[in-house]
Amino acid sequence: MSRISAAFEDGPAFIPYLAAGDPNYEASLSYVEALERGGADVIELGLPFSEPIAEGPTIQSAIVRSLEGGMTPTRFFEFVEDLDVDVPLVCMTYYNLIYQFGDDEERGPEAFVRRAAEVGIDGFVVPDLPAEEADPLREACDAHDCELIFIVAPTTKGERLERIMSQVSGYVYVQARLGTTGARTDLSDQTDASLERIAEWDVPKAVGFGISSGDHAQRVIEAGADGVIVGSALVDIVAQGVERGDPPVTVANRLESKARELKEGALRGAPSDEQPHPERT
Amino acid sequence: MSSETGKFGEYGGQYVPEALMPAIEELEDAYERYVLNNEDGFMDDFRERLADFGGRPTPLQHAKRLSDRYDCDVYLKREDLLHGGAHKLNNALGQVLLAKYMGKERIIAETGAGQHGTATAMACAHLGMPCEVYMGRRDINRQRPNVFRMRLNGAEVNPVTVGRGTLKEAISETMRDWATNVEDTHYVIGSVVGPHPFPAMVRDFQRVISEEAREQIREKAGQLPDSVVTCAGGGSNTMGVFAEFVDDEDVGLYAVEAGGSSLEVNEEEGVAPNSATLSTGTEGVLHGSRTRVLQDRDGQIMESHSVSAGLDYAGVGPELADLTDRGRVTAVNVDDDRALEGFHRLSQLEGVIPALESAHAVAYVEAHHDELGDVVLLNVSGRGDKDLETVLEETHNRDIENAPDIDTFAATGGFQ
Ligand SMILES: Cc1ncc(COP(=O)(O)O)c(C=O)c1O
Repeated sequence: MSRISAAFEDGPAFIPYLAAGDPNYEASLSYVEALERGGADVIELGLPFSEPIAEGPTIQSAIVRSLEGGMTPTRFFEFVEDLDVDVPLVCMTYYNLIYQFGDDEERGPEAFVRRAAEVGIDGFVVPDLPAEEADPLREACDAHDCELIFIVAPTTKGERLERIMSQVSGYVYVQARLGTTGARTDLSDQTDASLERIAEWDVPKAVGFGISSGDHAQRVIEAGADGVIVGSALVDIVAQGVERGDPPVTVANRLESKARELKEGALRGAPSDEQPHPERT
Repeated sequence: MSSETGKFGEYGGQYVPEALMPAIEELEDAYERYVLNNEDGFMDDFRERLADFGGRPTPLQHAKRLSDRYDCDVYLKREDLLHGGAHKLNNALGQVLLAKYMGKERIIAETGAGQHGTATAMACAHLGMPCEVYMGRRDINRQRPNVFRMRLNGAEVNPVTVGRGTLKEAISETMRDWATNVEDTHYVIGSVVGPHPFPAMVRDFQRVISEEAREQIREKAGQLPDSVVTCAGGGSNTMGVFAEFVDDEDVGLYAVEAGGSSLEVNEEEGVAPNSATLSTGTEGVLHGSRTRVLQDRDGQIMESHSVSAGLDYAGVGPELADLTDRGRVTAVNVDDDRALEGFHRLSQLEGVIPALESAHAVAYVEAHHDELGDVVLLNVSGRGDKDLETVLEETHNRDIENAPDIDTFAATGGFQ
């Protein structure tokens, strides 16, 4: 069993996201490590791209901070090597960086995935790469035992679902509502409909886009998800720290306790052994 | 090209967030039915509106004084005379009408120079559709007349402040809006860029330029042109005026890009002081398609530069990239100073004040008329009214040899 699949074995998985290198290399290492202490089961690490079209303003700003701090794909892989965490890591990035990675001898998905696997990346989410264009990356992932995670949107129906089902591995990223990433206070019923459409899929379902509190996390799990993905609500904490000039250790502590809140929320949403959850039986 | 796969050689494709894929498939279907197969008489409706509302056909003018200067026959395709003052209406009207046939309720668009935004706002007013336009902060500052025109036609103009605040950022922002409101909204992309079917569809709406020009030049010159010269930003007027000549192998096709202040790039700063994507870019994936882009070695997209906002873009249409790779299109470039010179040249010799974008093509003919043959078709993609302030300022700051005495004009407020 892959490390990512194993992360879903013991109850609901909490999957936080941070942009690597936000706001700088050293602080960011400690922030990612704080997420693991707070209970992360898998961590999504953003490798920043200059045109993040699937991202809302919060993560877009994080990407700008990280790029201004000198983050590059090469630095990103060093970052992963320098990280002291045990949970599986997913690299979230845009296709052009994968396509360009390498040197004059070899460029593209194979070079990128090989290097990623070497430093300990377990899977990828590439939001601007639909299943139709994913064959080269899929092959590279298969060759290096990495997972390729796809997003199912509220608009995804019919044939597209089949296409994604045949490509996806690790977990399926269920987009909770239309739009870009960003913390919200409401949670849409688009989530329920999306989960229902893929209920039969033989892969863990993790819901993301807009989850910002333990209560949200609980509701998402109650709705039948196997995991929750949280990005903007955590990135907001980093942004606030930058704005107020807080020392990194303070920010790391806040991240850890926010992570704990989210993880505990997810656990509360899980069906207890005595009383199986109706939607999961 | 094949409309089934959306690929032009290695270029093209559909690299967009999953949330948009169903909308793109719906658009593909609508493009095939309405545009390619004229279902419900869509294309007839479109052509009729282009004539009555848009003012087509635009003239092909024999430019007597330019011809004397260059010792060849120069013909101007006058897209500046199209309603709105640029070729952009061909596409905007086509797409807004298509959105209407598809039952969409809201239109969004991005704009660089403001010409596409203006054209979209006009088409929306004409067809009764609500319209929002995203425009970079920097472009808003340098193209104010167009911002006002959009407002007059009832469109909302949303400033985009990230990055350098130009077209690249505006496109990203519009894609985000689309991803949020995809179910009732159509994104009218402004050039032959973006995911399939946009590059093919926009070309087909712009193709009317070369359909007319081909007939007109046969009538006036008694032959096909030896060369067709036009500016290339994203490449929509370019593909429009090239489309019907692509199979005429004897006709030279010249895409004139913005050389900006230099063709060198500053990798350190991530800035290309030009927008010469075909000439200096490399293969990459930007805004939904695989094409040539200005990027650093890691694949981060560079900030581009041009004195003309409409050419200031780090990407280019995938079909144009493919035609250039195959040697069918010759990609050339002209720097900011030469473009200003071309601007003044056409104004003085023909009484036609071109858009700064189009002035790049004029400048190329000025410098290379010896190599272009006896009959040159020069596309004037738009008129220069929107650029007057920029030209006043830029001409004042530089040494443009054929400029009128603008220093005195600027200093005295016109009482020279
Ligand atoms: C007058 C004019 N010409 C040319 C362009 C460049 O666009 P394209 O290369 O798509 O024709 C623009 C873009 O705004 C424009 O306004």
